[in-house]
Amino acid sequence: MSPAAPALVAVRLRVNGRERVESVPPRLLLSDFLRYRLGLTGTHVGCEHGVCGACTVQLDGVPVRSCLMLAVQTDGAELTTVEGLAPGPDRLHPVQEAFRQEHGLQCGFCTPGFLMTVTAFLRDHPIPSDQEIRRELAGHLCRCTGYQNIVRAVRRASVLLATEKARERAGTP
Amino acid sequence: MTTRAIGARIVRNEDPRFLRGLASFVDDVNPSSVLHAACLRSPHAHARIRAIDASRARAVPGVHLVVTASDLGDLNEPGPLLIPHPNLTHPRTQRPLAQNEVRFVGETVAFVVAEDRYIAEDAVDLIAVEYEPLPVVTDVEAALAAGAPLVHADVPGNRAARFPQRVGDPDGGFRLAAHLFRDRLVIERSCGSPIEGRGVVAEHDPRTPVLRVWTSTQAPLPIKNGLARMFGLPEFQVEVIAPDIGGGFGTKIMLFYPEEILVPWAALRLGRPVKWTEDRREHLIAANQERGQVHEVEVAADKDGRILALRDHFIHDAGAYTPYGIVVPIITAAQLPGPYRLPNYDVEFEVAYTNKVAVSPYRGAGRPHGVFVMERVIGRIARELGLEPAEVRRRNFIQPDEFPWDVGLTFQDGGPTKYDSGDYPAGLEMALERADFAAFRAGQAAARSEGRHLGFGIGCYVEGTGIGPYEGAHVRVEPSGKVWVATGLTTQGQGHYTTFAQIAAEALGCDPRDVTVVTGDTRKFNWGAGTYASRGLVTSGNAIHTAATKVRDKALRIAAELLEASPHDLELADGRVRVRGVPGKELGLGELATVANPIRYAYAKEASEAALRLVKSRVGAVLGLGEEPGLEAFGYYAPSQATFASGCHVAIVEVDPVTGDVRILRYVVQHDCGSMVNPMVIEGQIHGGVAQGIGGALYERIVHDETGQPLSTTYMDFLMPTAMEIPEIEIVHKETPSPLNPLGIKGVGEAGAIPGPAVLAEAIEDALRPFGVRIREMPLNPNRIRELIEESPDTDTRGDG
Repeated sequence: MSPAAPALVAVRLRVNGRERVESVPPRLLLSDFLRYRLGLTGTHVGCEHGVCGACTVQLDGVPVRSCLMLAVQTDGAELTTVEGLAPGPDRLHPVQEAFRQEHGLQCGFCTPGFLMTVTAFLRDHPIPSDQEIRRELAGHLCRCTGYQNIVRAVRRASVLLATEKARERAGTP
Repeated sequence: MTTRAIGARIVRNEDPRFLRGLASFVDDVNPSSVLHAACLRSPHAHARIRAIDASRARAVPGVHLVVTASDLGDLNEPGPLLIPHPNLTHPRTQRPLAQNEVRFVGETVAFVVAEDRYIAEDAVDLIAVEYEPLPVVTDVEAALAAGAPLVHADVPGNRAARFPQRVGDPDGGFRLAAHLFRDRLVIERSCGSPIEGRGVVAEHDPRTPVLRVWTSTQAPLPIKNGLARMFGLPEFQVEVIAPDIGGGFGTKIMLFYPEEILVPWAALRLGRPVKWTEDRREHLIAANQERGQVHEVEVAADKDGRILALRDHFIHDAGAYTPYGIVVPIITAAQLPGPYRLPNYDVEFEVAYTNKVAVSPYRGAGRPHGVFVMERVIGRIARELGLEPAEVRRRNFIQPDEFPWDVGLTFQDGGPTKYDSGDYPAGLEMALERADFAAFRAGQAAARSEGRHLGFGIGCYVEGTGIGPYEGAHVRVEPSGKVWVATGLTTQGQGHYTTFAQIAAEALGCDPRDVTVVTGDTRKFNWGAGTYASRGLVTSGNAIHTAATKVRDKALRIAAELLEASPHDLELADGRVRVRGVPGKELGLGELATVANPIRYAYAKEASEAALRLVKSRVGAVLGLGEEPGLEAFGYYAPSQATFASGCHVAIVEVDPVTGDVRILRYVVQHDCGSMVNPMVIEGQIHGGVAQGIGGALYERIVHDETGQPLSTTYMDFLMPTAMEIPEIEIVHKETPSPLNPLGIKGVGEAGAIPGPAVLAEAIEDALRPFGVRIREMPLNPNRIRELIEESPDTDTRGDG
């Protein structure tokens, strides 16, 4: 097969709240699109076959493997990557904060994928059991932590998020 | 006084950048106009290359370069033999690109550089290679058998090395034996598999002129100096950066991987930056692997189960090349005795070439194998003599008053295998108590009566850590009062940016959060070796301590002069030097740094003002003879020998004899790495190590078929455990400081991974005792456990036990 340059396809999407319009080759992986085209290198690629979960991003709020999707499939979508989690340069997202407090990361390579899954998981399951946490995390591989402190981080994040929500309801910052 | 920085459980300085996605791993480095490379790898485990036709690949639009062995000229020489040894009589190392012959599936045959990776991979597919398949050998025992196919035509019998060693009088010990047992024990091949694979980016700037290389390595300095030699460049024109490294586990201590030569070469040749990023399939076939040994062990014990002598003969699988020499089997031999007195010890190993990717250290580095053998021997004695395995251990432990204890063998670093400190009996009791062993046997019996099979396993180890040659550090205080520390080794997740900061902060009496640490950048520190062998904290840590102590002394000297006090009356805490008992007489580190700079006026207004009020008018030159500017110092640390950490792991498992499934109900770790710098980081290291130990015992296995085709080339086949497989790990700390270094520390990086196979073997065997199953191999999957139950002579007692 001769690899003639394929026609480019236009995609329009929102990434971390920002509108993006790009022309991409049809075969460009979403992970490569994010990393090389948009410069969002926080999304990491660990296996390129959908097992390790390092490349997980949220597509319309749902965690997906960006190595198993093509950029052209995201036309019209709303994407969130790890760079879009923290509310500002001085504050971490509660899930990020919990990972720090519990030493839930070592080399940090798999971490963005975990964060994207855990933030969506805690949104849908605000008070998970340990078994539920472990089952959810099982879609991700970490070679450094043995998972124990990640499980703890998810537990702590659940508390931090609940506290934040309570504060919001009470109208205090 | 500030609370002590060393020993504090503090969160990591480096975390925010990782959590925000702002870290910089090698593949995150994208110089402008960077080109992308892909490798053509051998599909054969052994073949002659008849011809290569790359013309169609070269014609692909967007392809800039297609390289085969003949294009590389003299550069395509076999890589360096990193650790020569007189017993390694037939070393062989790999060329960047295979020349005439390939010896394992995955060996690099051609290298393509193109506009992007997609095009590069298209072009790789268009390279036509005519191979003549040659006979293949993958099994280590078959490799040494007469008439085996030769991996290297000029290595007779595939034997790279043979190394007999002897301590005491083993024959005498065997003559006195009341009991004599033999076993054949097998531990299969595995690999490190960090989630970030390998990667290399290189750019050459002819204007500076500098060759700059980013590589996911554990040893940038040796790579820098090696590349300079290969390319005929001065060392000062080559810069190598190991930025953030996404896990190493030993896999990335190998140098040079072919791509580490090919990428910089292509960048020099093309005058454009070039990047290559390993994909997972490449990692699982072409990144170095480990484990893979077959032991024949024989033990002589007295009537009480005390070991009189031990003989071990083992074959070590080298794969197709021996870039790391025979360091892994040397470690196995030296560390096999573990915490036990082994007065008479005969160990011989042979190293066999096979048609598989090369072996170099992977977390544990020969130790899991040795510990598996020794602990299986302990288990065998217990079984045969009707003793508790813990009791056999108690009877054989080296006692706390017997240090230093000389095992009698030369260690991996050429120094003695001489244990510096430890308390092995106490360690065992701590682990047993935490796991509530006292209650276990009754619970086990009760469970058995309900048809549940529980087992208790123990695994003890001693780990040589903190070996030389040396590391160094540069510590500088800035006018802001912030501290900068640079050291030559790398960080691949160990938390060095925090633990090293704690060591500097301790000496300087400041907050570890005010200390910024740089590692793995030859531009920032030019001396050292790398991060391997659980040596980072011991070597760089003590170097930082040395340098920071010099800085502290200089700060006190300057302060004494300015404050007109005796240095003995000064104290350094909270980043300030104070005259004891004289309120208000104090200076901050930043102020002292300002004064230490002969050009004082331009920086840090407040610090300048505070300090300069006290400065007296100058007499003579701004720097006296031998005096240096700045509040900074260099320090080095070269250990005299290894420090020996130790530990005892305990597992309680439940085995389902119908499915062969093993559930770990409890996993307790007692460990001792000397004085602790940050217990939180240490626990993290142990958790991760234990997960790798469990993976290596129950899940992970590199499999080849008889033609040498690797069958475990994805994460669906090479089964790394997930959060569902790894249990909660309970840790109890013991600290017996090392007398060998100022900080009293020992390494901890590999510890967790070492006893996993041993402890689970003992636990599974204990659980399956009613079936008479013996565990003599690792790893074990459920299918194999069922086979062992079926093969056991005692199966007819099935579960009635």
